[in-house]
Amino acid sequence: MSETVRIYVPIDAAALSVGAEAVARAVAQEAQARGRNVEIVRNGSRGMLWLEPLVEVETSKGRIAYGPVAAKDVAGLFEAGFERGEAHKLRLGQVEELDWLRRQQRLTFERVGVTDPLSLADYRRLGGLKGLEKALALSGQGIVDAIKASGLRGRGGAGFPTGIKWQTVHDAKAEQKYIVCNGDEGDSGTFADRMLFEGDPFLLIEGMTIAAIAVGATKGYLYIRSEYPHAIRTMQQAVLKARNAGILGASVMGSTRHFDMEVRVGAGAYICGEETSLLESLEGRRAIVRAKPPIPALQGLFGKPTVVNNVLSFAAVPWILDHGGKAYADYGMGRSRGTLPVQLGGNVKRGGLIELAFGISLRAIIEEMGGGTLSGRPIRAVQVGGPLGAYLTEKQLDTPMDYEALAGIGAMLGHGGIVVFDDSVDMAKQARFAFAFCAKESCGKCTPCRIGATRGVEIVDKIIAGHERPKNLAVLRDLNRLMTDASLCAMGGLTPMPVMSALSHFSEDFDRPPPEALPQAAE
Amino acid sequence: MAQYPAWDQDEARSLIAGLAHLEGATLPILHALQEEFGYVDPQAVPLIAEALNQSRADVHGTISFYHDFRTAPPPRRVVKLCRAEACQALGCETLVEDLAREHGIVVDGHGGGHDAVVETVYCLGNCALGPSALSDGELIGRVDADRVAALCGGRQ
Ligand SMILES: NC(=O)c1ccc[n+]([C@@H]2O[C@H](COP(=O)([O-])OP(=O)(O)OC[C@H]3O[C@@H](n4cnc5c(N)ncnc54)[C@H](O)[C@@H]3O)[C@@H](O)[C@H]2O)c1
Ligand SMILES: Cc1cc2nc3c(=O)[nH]c(=O)nc-3n(C[C@H](O)[C@H](O)[C@H](O)COP(=O)(O)O)c2cc1C
Ligand code: SF4
Ligand code: FES
Ligand code: FES
Repeated sequence: MSETVRIYVPIDAAALSVGAEAVARAVAQEAQARGRNVEIVRNGSRGMLWLEPLVEVETSKGRIAYGPVAAKDVAGLFEAGFERGEAHKLRLGQVEELDWLRRQQRLTFERVGVTDPLSLADYRRLGGLKGLEKALALSGQGIVDAIKASGLRGRGGAGFPTGIKWQTVHDAKAEQKYIVCNGDEGDSGTFADRMLFEGDPFLLIEGMTIAAIAVGATKGYLYIRSEYPHAIRTMQQAVLKARNAGILGASVMGSTRHFDMEVRVGAGAYICGEETSLLESLEGRRAIVRAKPPIPALQGLFGKPTVVNNVLSFAAVPWILDHGGKAYADYGMGRSRGTLPVQLGGNVKRGGLIELAFGISLRAIIEEMGGGTLSGRPIRAVQVGGPLGAYLTEKQLDTPMDYEALAGIGAMLGHGGIVVFDDSVDMAKQARFAFAFCAKESCGKCTPCRIGATRGVEIVDKIIAGHERPKNLAVLRDLNRLMTDASLCAMGGLTPMPVMSALSHFSEDFDRPPPEALPQAAE
Repeated sequence: MAQYPAWDQDEARSLIAGLAHLEGATLPILHALQEEFGYVDPQAVPLIAEALNQSRADVHGTISFYHDFRTAPPPRRVVKLCRAEACQALGCETLVEDLAREHGIVVDGHGGGHDAVVETVYCLGNCALGPSALSDGELIGRVDADRVAALCGGRQ
């Protein structure tokens, strides 16, 4: 009998989307046909998404990667001796040595792609639960102080200091407090939350549990959007396993602390990512935005003090508790401390997840790591920070990834999504889409957003059609000012950002000879 | 492809009773009903209202707020096509035009000769491998019009 070879085939949804399931099946069949003993581990994705399905083989010389592998390549791989790491045209080399990974600073994503996401044994073996163990030895205030020292800011997009938010909930007096994880990840161009759910679910559970111990909460909810069926399944299984292992429940890791959590599923509404809308949804109502104040930290879920944080905010916490707030703060620039999982997508050659300290330039990410556009045409526009983020020009790409630096050029970092467009993009159409999206997804509570977005679509249509352009451009600017100033939440308040950036940086697209007929509605 | 049993008021009642104890039970109940029957029949409204001590108008308002909940039996097959920015950058709007022109499939309209519909969604979290679609819970990257049409026809 030959020795058992361990082969990794990712189970991440992006890998599955390009055929990883068929590859895993082919590896099993081919191994059986050849009488080889293989153990197929379904790991998360390393985030090199253009190489998916990325198959890794454990050898004496480390894990050797092959990719992108199609099912039809598998017989040839065995023929070449890939289970010993032998040469093949798809062989990429030792995975940890690949430049794309070596350039990163993976703190939050350190285990993603390395292990079977649902193996608690793997999780413990690779440093999992150390943060929680340390947290259990601290006072609530001690935990909050560590988070403050780390400089961690909310990764959902607004960048509010997490330690200050936790302090508010910690100091609030109430018999019931809640932890709510915002896993709605509605922003287009973002997928880091999804990859973390699917690639290291126990990390999120650990982070939420530490938050609960810090502020004195006993119940948590994780709200995941329904567009993520794989993530929902993985997180549900992970919660069950954590409960069975005594990580969640009446006695967290054998301590006197009690915390348990549930996974809740969204229902296809972008606005549910806005925290108060999310809370309404969790309470079982239409997800109409609440006016702030009161802030959720004081009156959140069912009116109780509630920590609402993004997935990546919670997921940064175990590392911080394990290594200390200062170690985390040593990464980054200015007031943006630590690392940011950047998501690179759209028309780009090498897209994927890149975790790096704040401060790297957009250009380094898009050109050096991303390799430019997939189409091979010149880059014309880059949207940073989701559908409410600004469109930047090629000339602005030297801006560093940093909350303040991006705000300084009228843009925002948001959840760290970068979407690349080539020179075939029509920026007037992108501006129209921003309004159309807002019109469709507005919760309807306030007039500037509900009516303004629909008006915006009409005005952009008139401009495209060449009707009274100077007048309509002035109306468009006024409308944007009104929406920015008078909308209740950032849905209506930030929709002008993509619109105005398109208009100011790409004004030529608003001044083209009108097409013969009005463009077809794009909703 | 999922096959759903016909709406059954007793079965619905027992599903609701099994979840009514949850905090904020409305969405879990609606999801459970839709998972079981493929949609939420309007007959469920009074049952949910009673179980959760809400008004029928509240329950109806909740169902109608969310894009996901259907109030009539679903088509045989639903393909969700991402039409958000990262997929736009990879030509999803051209794909939509091709679907109509070459396959007679109008997105968010009818599925041509197929007993299937293609619905717009905004982002499936697969933005580096777009254009993306979700069909029967399966995520598919780098789709083109032919692939989407094949999904509609049930051929894989
Ligand atoms: N991740 C995504 O998919 C996505 C989608 C759309 C928008 N966004 C982002 O959302 C952002 C807007 O979010 P917002 O409207 O929640 O921003 P916000 O500035 O109102 O709040 C940010 C967070 O800080 C908390 N907070 C504010 N003041 C506080 C205080 N004094 N004490 C304790 N906590 C306090 C808020 O409750 C909230 O949790 C945008 O900048 C955008 O980047 C993200
Ligand atoms: C329209 C809109 C959509 C949002 N969507 C999300 C989202 O999908 N995920 C998220 O974490 N935050 C989202 N936010 C931000 C949240 O309101 C909130 O700031 C965040 O969850 C707080 O967590 P953090 O401090 O860890 O970032 C959204 C905000 C707005 C206005
Ligand atoms: S800005 Fe739009 S989404 Fe936000 S509260 Fe007003 S109507 Fe609702
Ligand atoms: S009604 Fe909300 S701002 Fe006017
Ligand atoms: S924008 Fe299409 S999958 Fe994200």
